[in-house]
Amino acid sequence: MVIDRSLDFLWLIPVLPLVGFLVAGAGCLLRARAKSVVAVVACGSVALSFALSLLCVMALAGLPAHERSHVTTVGEWIGPLGLDWSFRLDPLSSVMILVVTGVGFLIHLYSVGYMAHEEGFWRYFAYLNLFMAMMLTLVLGASLPLLFVGWEGVGLCSYLLIGFFYTKSWCADAGRKAFLVNRIGDASFIIGMLWAWVLFGGTFDIAALIERAPAAAAASPGSVTAIALLLFGGAAGKSAQIPLYVWLPDAMAGPTPVSALIHAATMVTAGVYMVCRLSPIYVLAPDAMFVVAVVGAATALLAALIAMAQDDIKKVLAYSTISQLGYMFMAAGAGAFTASIFHLTTHAFFKALLFLGSGAVIHALHGEQDMKKMGGLKSALPRTFLCFSAGWIAIAGVPLTAGFFSKDEILYKAFLHSPLLWAAGLVGALMTAIYMTRLMGLTFFGVSRRAAHGDHGSAPHEPPATMMIPLMVLAALALTAGFVGLPAPIGALFGGHGESPFAAWLAPVFHAPEAAIAAPHPEGHSLELLLMALSSLVALFGIAAGLRIWVTRPEIADRIAVRLGAFYVAVREKLYVDELYDRFIVKPWYALSRGMGRFDTGAVDGVVNGVGAIMLTSGHVMKLFHSGYVRSYAIAYVIGAAVIVWYLL
Amino acid sequence: MIPFSSVLIVSAVLFAMGLVGVLTRRSALVIFMSVELMLNAATLVFVGASRALGTMDGQLFAFFVMTVAAAEAAVGLAIVIALFRRRRTTDMDHVSLLKW
Repeated sequence: MVIDRSLDFLWLIPVLPLVGFLVAGAGCLLRARAKSVVAVVACGSVALSFALSLLCVMALAGLPAHERSHVTTVGEWIGPLGLDWSFRLDPLSSVMILVVTGVGFLIHLYSVGYMAHEEGFWRYFAYLNLFMAMMLTLVLGASLPLLFVGWEGVGLCSYLLIGFFYTKSWCADAGRKAFLVNRIGDASFIIGMLWAWVLFGGTFDIAALIERAPAAAAASPGSVTAIALLLFGGAAGKSAQIPLYVWLPDAMAGPTPVSALIHAATMVTAGVYMVCRLSPIYVLAPDAMFVVAVVGAATALLAALIAMAQDDIKKVLAYSTISQLGYMFMAAGAGAFTASIFHLTTHAFFKALLFLGSGAVIHALHGEQDMKKMGGLKSALPRTFLCFSAGWIAIAGVPLTAGFFSKDEILYKAFLHSPLLWAAGLVGALMTAIYMTRLMGLTFFGVSRRAAHGDHGSAPHEPPATMMIPLMVLAALALTAGFVGLPAPIGALFGGHGESPFAAWLAPVFHAPEAAIAAPHPEGHSLELLLMALSSLVALFGIAAGLRIWVTRPEIADRIAVRLGAFYVAVREKLYVDELYDRFIVKPWYALSRGMGRFDTGAVDGVVNGVGAIMLTSGHVMKLFHSGYVRSYAIAYVIGAAVIVWYLL
Repeated sequence: MIPFSSVLIVSAVLFAMGLVGVLTRRSALVIFMSVELMLNAATLVFVGASRALGTMDGQLFAFFVMTVAAAEAAVGLAIVIALFRRRRTTDMDHVSLLKW
């Protein structure tokens, strides 16, 4: 009844937050003050969207597995191109809408408490609701252009929210940087999309593209590889991969809930989602898959390395996000799309939790973000500490947490694909455990260093309930969400057989592409169990080492820093990547622009002004013939007549 | 009978007098009268030619010229009057408003 009919209202899922955006936006323009109104409208619209998503997914689950793909067309969009406002719900997009609306709702709720004392409360929620609408359009869009509408929409909201405190110039700069870097990726995405239109015979519909891909790949494999790479270029921009990751650390200038929602849980995973959504096309281009895997692995390692030496709590988490996104791309590149989406889901939970937890810390310390000035918060913020710890052990990969299962799945699939990828992933996992433990050690353990740094403000206090509840829910999810995707050997222990419920749910989407390039699967579970034990050991070793270095013997950290010397400084300075970009791209670009500017003011304006000058000069000369005396005109007249008569005679 | 060449000489003298008047005088009225002189010189040639060639075409044109001269006098005098009312002068050297 209700559930069966709900699929007809699929389009309402993105529209509900859009209505919330319109209400909040109107209130913002009318300079409304009542904060409770916008809080109810914004949270309510997302909550309704979440409820509807649940109903739709339940309806979808009621269908037989091979029929789980429902398209709702709301109306015509661009007729000549055959484009409609069509939304597609299938197992992949259903996972995404649940994550987006679920985590999104929790973060909306958290924001009510976090932003309570900020200016622009209405504006904030207007942007946040617009973001939800756009993200859901991205996820549900049935054609590439509609996906791209959402893609650009979330980029816009990201820009607006990074620069939310626009009166501070560095916030506005960070917003612009994010927007510009994303534009580079987006340009690549547009080219890839249009090329696909040409090559695949004039269609933008994702299902049709996938259907026609094998024929196109057989005809011109090079073009399909190029299209896959161009689309991945867009994903690298949106999902902060090498070489376009530089915007994400700066994006931390936005309010912390925004970092949690947009720059950790949802928007930055759009690239991963897109690659997985087009996985049947990617598997036809092994070279592109190789690039995706290598870029992902390299990003995972590089970002984890930089994260180890950052002092700003949000910067650590930002690099950690980049690193985890690298894992997802590594999985996708290795053909393990299910593992990639599984990690995307668990990462959304524990990274949102970590960001919200760091927000609670920053909130308690009145805006302090430097971990060197924290310490000893465990006793001051016991509940925040507990929640944060859940995220910590989940991302570090402590056995039986969500992060453990998803990361292990990726490492196992990477090992089957290439042991080298697995080794990179394992080193990354070790570094993840270390830098997260460092973050915990500097923030929560030890003694407070606030007084030593001249901060004598009021004592830190636990956040209000609206902030605490999302933290608790996410902490629970970070610890338990992994059980939906239990790996086969552990599932077997509990009497399950074959694939996990998560993999089974996604099988209609990913079974064919994964089968197309699957590495030979070894018999039995011994290899998987061995790898699992190995990565558990690595995670526990990382945590133990981190605790020893930064908690029990803090002087070791300084000694290591001195021993590493220039290398440590380079890592702390983010390997000078921003400086390199500035030196080799931004500065030359400015020089080029200035050259162009001179060409414009010199050559182009010169021609235009020259024409004017010629007219003016000739006018001055001609003016001399016009004395204003009637007689002179008459003489000219007579002479002219005489000349004509003389000529005729 | 007066030969055509004499007619031409008289009219040429008349035309030259008119032309010199137009070019040298400053008063609008005198310039006007000089223009009439030139017109009449032309009319004289038409009539003389008509007689010499034995056709009526020239005499016909003489009437046309007179008509045009009458219309021109009406319009021209109106302009001179309007000019005098506005500027209190008929000196053409003082009428150079359109010069930039």
